Amino acid sequence: MEKLEYKGVFVFVEQRKGIVQKVSLELIGKARDLADALNEKVYAILLGSKIADKAQTLIAHGVDVVVYADAIELNDYLTEPYTQAVCHVVNEYKPSILMLGATTIGRDLGPRLSARLKTGLTADCTKLEISEEKELLMTRPAFGGNLMATIVCKEHRPQMSTVRAGVMHKLPADNSRKGEVIEVKIPFNKDKFRVKLLSSVKEKSAMVDISEAKILISCGRGMANEEGLKVIDDLAKTLNAQVSASRAVVDAGLVPHDRQVGQTGKTVRPDLYFAVGISGAIQHLAGMEESDFIVAINKDKTAPIFQVADLGIVGDAKQIVKQLNDRLIG
Amino acid sequence: MNIVVCIKQVPDTTEIKINPTTGTLIREGVPSIINPDDKAGLELALSLKDSFNAHVTVITMGPPQAEDVLREAYAMGVDRAILLTDRKFAGADTLATSYALASALRKMEFDLLITGRQAIDGDTAQVGPQIAEHLDLPQVSYLEHLEFDGKNTFTVKRRIEDGYEMLQVDGPCVVTVLSGAYKPRYMSVRGIVEAFPKTVEVWGFEQIDVEEARLGLKGSPTRVHKAFSRGVKAPGQLYEVDATEAAGIILSKLKEKFII
Repeated sequence: MEKLEYKGVFVFVEQRKGIVQKVSLELIGKARDLADALNEKVYAILLGSKIADKAQTLIAHGVDVVVYADAIELNDYLTEPYTQAVCHVVNEYKPSILMLGATTIGRDLGPRLSARLKTGLTADCTKLEISEEKELLMTRPAFGGNLMATIVCKEHRPQMSTVRAGVMHKLPADNSRKGEVIEVKIPFNKDKFRVKLLSSVKEKSAMVDISEAKILISCGRGMANEEGLKVIDDLAKTLNAQVSASRAVVDAGLVPHDRQVGQTGKTVRPDLYFAVGISGAIQHLAGMEESDFIVAINKDKTAPIFQVADLGIVGDAKQIVKQLNDRLIG
Repeated sequence: MNIVVCIKQVPDTTEIKINPTTGTLIREGVPSIINPDDKAGLELALSLKDSFNAHVTVITMGPPQAEDVLREAYAMGVDRAILLTDRKFAGADTLATSYALASALRKMEFDLLITGRQAIDGDTAQVGPQIAEHLDLPQVSYLEHLEFDGKNTFTVKRRIEDGYEMLQVDGPCVVTVLSGAYKPRYMSVRGIVEAFPKTVEVWGFEQIDVEEARLGLKGSPTRVHKAFSRGVKAPGQLYEVDATEAAGIILSKLKEKFII
């Protein structure tokens, strides 16, 4: 492998039903930093059918070159057609770095690509930077968030990583930015298309994305009952906030999974995070400690949540939340 | 019908604690378990054994003590257990791990290969799809439910962020299972007793057909550059007051920070 032949920071752009996903714009924001540090260009790989009109949005958010493939085979995400398409682009363009969102698509496609391209892939990175040797330093949590590890991929290209939604920042759109748009044709090997999509079903609880909320009121084991949830709901309504929860509450079936914060749930960083009755297992902290301002309420003053809280209150969470809500309304 | 399930022995990460003064991991006394997603996969295999009389083989790669999880799988009801262990496999990243496992799997015949979606010690979700690629098999990840038509076709419910997909695939194929998908059965007393004399086959480098250069640390494209405990942020103020006063403190703080 001639490493120096590989240039450019590439982002796999995820679109679902023609809508570019927020995580892709966040990755482009990060790719811009990395590309500037390397003095290279940011490329977007855009796959789908009738999606060429999305190219300008990507350019406005920081992309220099959009490489797109428009094919009916790419209308919905399926592992094999997407793997073939991305591999084709990688083999043609030889990227130095390839980033994907750590979504159910990126985490299905990424490993398949890495095995086909015989290169390394680092999952769920929380920090990406360029070293003095111009290599990508990929930092990620390990052992359920108990340890952090910085990973390098020295001799193989592209250096691949996935990043979860809400971890990187997208750049504000600049519609005057100019970029190049290139169409590629993918020579599909359809014999390998062995998985058929029968149907795709959206579920109702899908409407909220807690990683986009400005204020989150998060419910923990200490509030995991009907009455506790009610006072949390009331406060959320008053503050125009969203309700989220720790794993214990989700596992108990009280709050749907898409509202779970933490290592196996979502990474959030709202302006204000209320941890109510949450003790703060490391898996939970990993998902919320970057929030701008954290208020924790817990009856146990040794609870680890207080280690990351900006304001900690030891006391009866239910009473305190109720009082707070009354004062806010009153 | 032949099914192979890949399982991994992992430390129960929910039991890991951090030493608050040094910030380092406390590993002592942390129990080893079958990775939860894999255990759900094992249950899926055993339910297919119940309904379709499938033959279930379980394989794990790891140090010799990983035999424990194979014994547990025997006690749950699997028919055959293989331990893939060799010093040459040690230090592998996901690509080298999946390569070694795929090489062992190439020596078996199966209609369905089941892995967990991800292991709780790494959370990468990579090994299942990578095995599928090495073996040139179709994959469906994030499996929440599987229906088998009794012939060779699987209908899989794949959980995604905002709903689910229904996918159809013929065997042989690879699926990666979510821990919530199937509730694992308990080991039966009879199962535990019968598991004792059963043979765990031990396979090493010599038993599988592999290129040594693609194994272990040497065969791993990624390396750990450094590992560190996460920085502990300085805690803020802590108040132990009654509810009314607490509400007052929160209100004034939020106003001070211009949040409300």
